[in-house]
Parts: sequence; C-alpha cells; structure tokens
Amino acid sequence: MSENVTFHFDVDGENFSSAGEASVMVKKKLRQLGLSPEVIRRVSVAMYEGEINMVIHANGGSADVTVTDDDVIIVLADRGPGIPDVGLAMQEGFSTARDNIRALGFGAGMGLPNMKKYTDSMEIDTKVGVGTTITMKVSCKDA
Amino acid sequence: MKIEEIRELLGAQLLCGEEYLDHDVFSACCSDMMSDVLAYVKDQGVLLTGLVNPQVIRTAGMMDMVCIVFVRGKEPTPEMVELADDCGIAVMKSSLRAYEACGHLYTAGLVPAPEEE
Repeated sequence: MSENVTFHFDVDGENFSSAGEASVMVKKKLRQLGLSPEVIRRVSVAMYEGEINMVIHANGGSADVTVTDDDVIIVLADRGPGIPDVGLAMQEGFSTARDNIRALGFGAGMGLPNMKKYTDSMEIDTKVGVGTTITMKVSCKDA
Repeated sequence: MKIEEIRELLGAQLLCGEEYLDHDVFSACCSDMMSDVLAYVKDQGVLLTGLVNPQVIRTAGMMDMVCIVFVRGKEPTPEMVELADDCGIAVMKSSLRAYEACGHLYTAGLVPAPEEE
C-alpha cells in the first residue's frame, strides 16, 4: 500500500441500536486491506468503545479512519458536553453513564481505559460545552 | 471444544451458524457488561450472556469471538441473528441460567478467557 486510505462515518446519536455500526464497517474494510488480525482487533475495539461513548454522551459525532503504511489513525469528534476532568474519566470504573445505559451493557467506566489499552497513543482534546476530539493511533508494525 | 459440543452440553437451540458447528473454541466468558468483554477477552472464544441487544453481537464481532450463547431462554431478535450471521458468529439460546451454563462448560474443560495484556 503506497497511498493512504481513509474512511469517514457519521455516527448517529439518536438511535442506540445502531451504535457500533461504523466500527463493524471499519473492521470489514481493514480485513479487505489485509492488515494483521491483531492490529484489526485493536483498532476496531478502540473505535467501537469510542463510538459507543459518542452515542451515550455526545449525541453522536464523526469518525475518520486513516490507514497509512505505518499506522491506523482514528479520529473521533463530537460536539457533546466535553469532559470536565480527563484524569478522572480515565480511571477504570469511573462513569457518568446513566442506569439506562448500564442496562444496555455499557457504562462500566471501561471505555476510555480500554481505548488507551488497545492503542499505541491516544490524545484527548476536550472543552466543556464545546466537544471532544479523540485521536488514536495503532501501529501496523505491531505483531 | 467444538461449538457442537457446547450446543449439546447446554441443550441449546442453534439460531444461526450451522456451518461453524465443527469449529473449535478455546475459551469462554460470561458477562452482561460488554465493556468487560472488550477489556478481558481474547479471540476465538464463546460469549455467554443474558443481555439482548445488537451491541452483544457487535461486541463479540469486535473481539473475534465465534459463538454467542443467550442464557435464561433469552431470545435475540431476527435482526440480531442476521447481524451475527453476517459477522460469521454462531448463535444459540439455552434455557439454562448463566451460572449453570458456565458450570457445564467449565466442568467439560473449557477454560476462562485469558486477560488481554
């Protein structure tokens, strides 16, 4: 692969039952590109958690995935409420999700920690009242 | 353990994925919290859950799991079964409760899913 491949998705925040669709699509496309199963899983799990977060907390947003020779870069951007305390949000088990979200199997306070765990780098750019952009990178060289 | 053996041990009804019955699974995980599944599970496992929504299927797909068992007689919707079929995942339902279903599989030698490093 010499040219970068990019995918763009709008994540619908209105309908929880569709949450995760973009990540399923990305997983399929990465398979078609022939990336290693381990890289594909790390990218898709990290993106999936982020996508669910955008639906739960931010009424949706956009997801852009770029595949280069070296990395897969995932940018998740929303115009949600922002994260007031990123350090707190990164703690395993900390969650502001409501009970109705927990009943759906999420809101365990593992989303952001999982995203960090599965990626080689993660940057959170957030401003309360404006929105959040999360940029994650997974190296393709990783075996 | 073959998926067919899981079906027999749990007296489960297969809803899709007949072509995968002779596939091997190496580990299992039982949870209604999908974030825990995403945190702790390695591939080629079976997921046992009492949670019924499309995210169960997508979560299993993200983790390269090959089989989902809905316990306590929970019934996935046709859309969920179709999604699983599309993702290459065998789906079955068992009237056993989660604890009992896990006990049968554990006793038969299926080990817990290892934690991701």
